[in-house]
Amino acid sequence: MDLNRLERTDEYRWQIPVDGSMNVPGVIFGDREQILQMDDKVYEQLRNVTLLPGLVGPVYAMPDAHWGYGFPIGGVAAFDAEAAGVVSAGGVGFDISCGVRTLHTKLTTAQLEPLKFELADALYADIPVGVGSEGAIRLSNAQMDAMLRGGAAWAVEQGYGIEEDLDRTEERGCVADARPEAVSERAKKRQRREMGTLGSGNHYLEIQRVAEVFDVAIAAAYGLAQDDIVVSIHCGSRGLGHQIGTDYLREMVLAATEFGLELPDRELACAPILSTLGQRYLGAMRAAMNCALANRQILTHLTRQAFERLLPDARLTMLYDVSHNICKVERHVIEGEEKEFHVHRKGATRAFGPGNPDLEPGLRPVGQPVLIGGSMGTGSYILAGTAESETAALSSACHGAGRSMSRRKARRQFHGRQIVDELAVRGIVIRSPSSRGVAEEAPMAYKDVNRVVDIAERADLARKVARLEPLVCIKG
Amino acid sequence: MITWMDRTARVALLYGLLLIYTPPATHHHDGRMQNLSWSHIEHDADIGLRARAPSRESLFEAMGEALTAVVTDPASVRPEQQIEIQCEAPDDALLLVDWLNALIYEMATRRMLFGNWRVTLDGHKLDALVEGEAVDRARHLPVVEIKGATYTALSVKQDSSGNWHAQCVVDV
Repeated sequence: MDLNRLERTDEYRWQIPVDGSMNVPGVIFGDREQILQMDDKVYEQLRNVTLLPGLVGPVYAMPDAHWGYGFPIGGVAAFDAEAAGVVSAGGVGFDISCGVRTLHTKLTTAQLEPLKFELADALYADIPVGVGSEGAIRLSNAQMDAMLRGGAAWAVEQGYGIEEDLDRTEERGCVADARPEAVSERAKKRQRREMGTLGSGNHYLEIQRVAEVFDVAIAAAYGLAQDDIVVSIHCGSRGLGHQIGTDYLREMVLAATEFGLELPDRELACAPILSTLGQRYLGAMRAAMNCALANRQILTHLTRQAFERLLPDARLTMLYDVSHNICKVERHVIEGEEKEFHVHRKGATRAFGPGNPDLEPGLRPVGQPVLIGGSMGTGSYILAGTAESETAALSSACHGAGRSMSRRKARRQFHGRQIVDELAVRGIVIRSPSSRGVAEEAPMAYKDVNRVVDIAERADLARKVARLEPLVCIKG
Repeated sequence: MITWMDRTARVALLYGLLLIYTPPATHHHDGRMQNLSWSHIEHDADIGLRARAPSRESLFEAMGEALTAVVTDPASVRPEQQIEIQCEAPDDALLLVDWLNALIYEMATRRMLFGNWRVTLDGHKLDALVEGEAVDRARHLPVVEIKGATYTALSVKQDSSGNWHAQCVVDV
C-alpha cells in the first residue's frame, strides 16, 4: 500500500484523511511493514466504505485486512439508522455469521496423543465436510423456521447440546428479531441437506494444544492452562447464508437508484436501515446468524460423540462462540453520543472488554474471549477484549491471519500431498477430501498470524491470552 | 542481410501476433463440443474468473466453464443429466452474475457439477441448457464450494475488434 496517501496517527494507526467525497475518515491498523505489504485494494475498498451514508465515526481495517468484495476483509463500520444509515448485504458478505467456536476437552496433550490418529479418523468420518457432503438432519418447513428463529437454543432443545453451551455463545445462541419469512424458498432449499456440515475453503475443525499462555490470570478465568487440549470449529451459515447474501445483494443493487444511493462499487449494495428492504434484510440476516449458531451447535454434538467413543474421560465444554461476518445492533459511545448503532464487521471479531453487560457473569471481569483462527500449520490464538478496544475500534479485533497469496498462486506453488507430509512431520494430522484444497489453504498462503496478533495487542484491540497449535485438522 | 525496414516489419509482425493471441493463464479445450477460453485471476481471498469469446453466448459459456474449474477439472464432468436455466437482468454485467449464481445454486442444491453449457441470449434474457453429473468425490476431487458471485471487479465488455470480455470474482 502506498504510504503517501495515509497519515500516521500513532505507531499502529494509519488514517485515510477525509477528502471532499468521504463522509468519515478510514483507519487502518498495522505497523509500517504490514501496511506496506497490504494490497492497495484495502485502501480503495475502505475508502469506498467511507462514502456510504449515515456512517458514524471512522471506518476501520484490522491488522489482518486484505482485499475482499465491497468491504475489505477486516473492515468495521457503524451506521446510525436515524441519520439515514444503511445496512449493506455486501458489508456482511455471503458467509453470514461465519465464526469460531472453541471447546475445552478437559484433556491434556499427553492424554490425547496416543489416540490422535483414531480421533482424526473418527471426526473425519462423522463430520460432513467438503463439496457434495450432506448432513444427516432433514428439517421440515416448520422445523426450518423454528431453527431460523431459535439458533443454537433450538439445537439444544433438539438434543444437540446442553443448556450451559448457550451461556458461552454470543447472544446466548439465539439472535432476536430473526424473520424466517424474509428468507427465500431457494435459500431454505439450499440449506435442506446442509445442517451440521462444516463446508470447505478456510473452514475447519481442529484439535489444538495450548502451546503458550501469555496471561495466566485471564487464561485461568477462561479455564485454560499450558498443554490443555481444545477443539475449535470455524464455519458459518452454510448454503442458507450464501443464498440470502446472493438474493439481497441483487435486490439492493437494483434498488440503489430508488434510494438515491450512488454506489462506488456495486458490491457495497445497501439499503437504508429503516426502509422495508433494509428491515427485511436484517430479519433474513438474523435468521442466517441463527442458522450458523445452530450449525456450530450440531457440529459440537457430533464432535462430542466422536470424543465419547474414543476418550470417554473427555468433557467438552464451551469456551466461547463468536461470529466475524455480521451486522449487529450494539450500544457504543461515538463522537460523545451513546446510542445504538448498526455495526458491520466483515472478517472482524467483536471484542467486548471487561465489564460489558452483554457478557455472562463468568466472563465479565476479564472480557470476552476473542477467537482468532490461523492456518493449518501456523496456530491460532485466544485473545481477550480490552476496555481500550471500545475507543480504538468499537470493541473489534482481527479474525485470523488473512491471506497473503491468492488461491491460484498457492495451487501452482504447493502440492496438497507435500503440505500434508510436511505437517505430519510436525505432528499435525490433516484429514481432507481435497488435495488441491489443502494446497490452496497452505499455511504459507497466509500472513504470519503471530505478527497480526502482536499488532492487535499493541494497538489495544485485544490482549493475548494463549496460543494454540493444531494437532488434528479436519479440512473441507 | 537484414535491413532496418526488415527488422521493423518483423517486430511489428511479432507484436501483431502477440496482440492477436494473448493466451490466458489457464486455457481449456475439452475436445467435445466447446472450445472455450478463460482464466482464473489473482484475488487475495477468493477467485476471479475471466473469459474472452467471439460472441456473448460463448462468453457466458466460457464463464460457466471457468466456474466449474474452481471446483474441478471441467473435462472430468460427464454430461449425464441436463437441466435448464433461465435468467433475466437489466444489463449484461448483472446478467452474468445472475447466470453464475444460478449455476452455483443448481450445483449446491443438486450436488452436481457441470461440464457443458449451451447459452442462448435474447437481449438481457438468458436461456441455457447445461449438462453435468452428480459430484463424485473420488473422481472429481472437488476442491471448494462456491458461495456466490460478487459484483466486485465485475465487467462484460466488447472490444473494438468485436470480441467479448468478462470478469467476475466468486466467493469461496
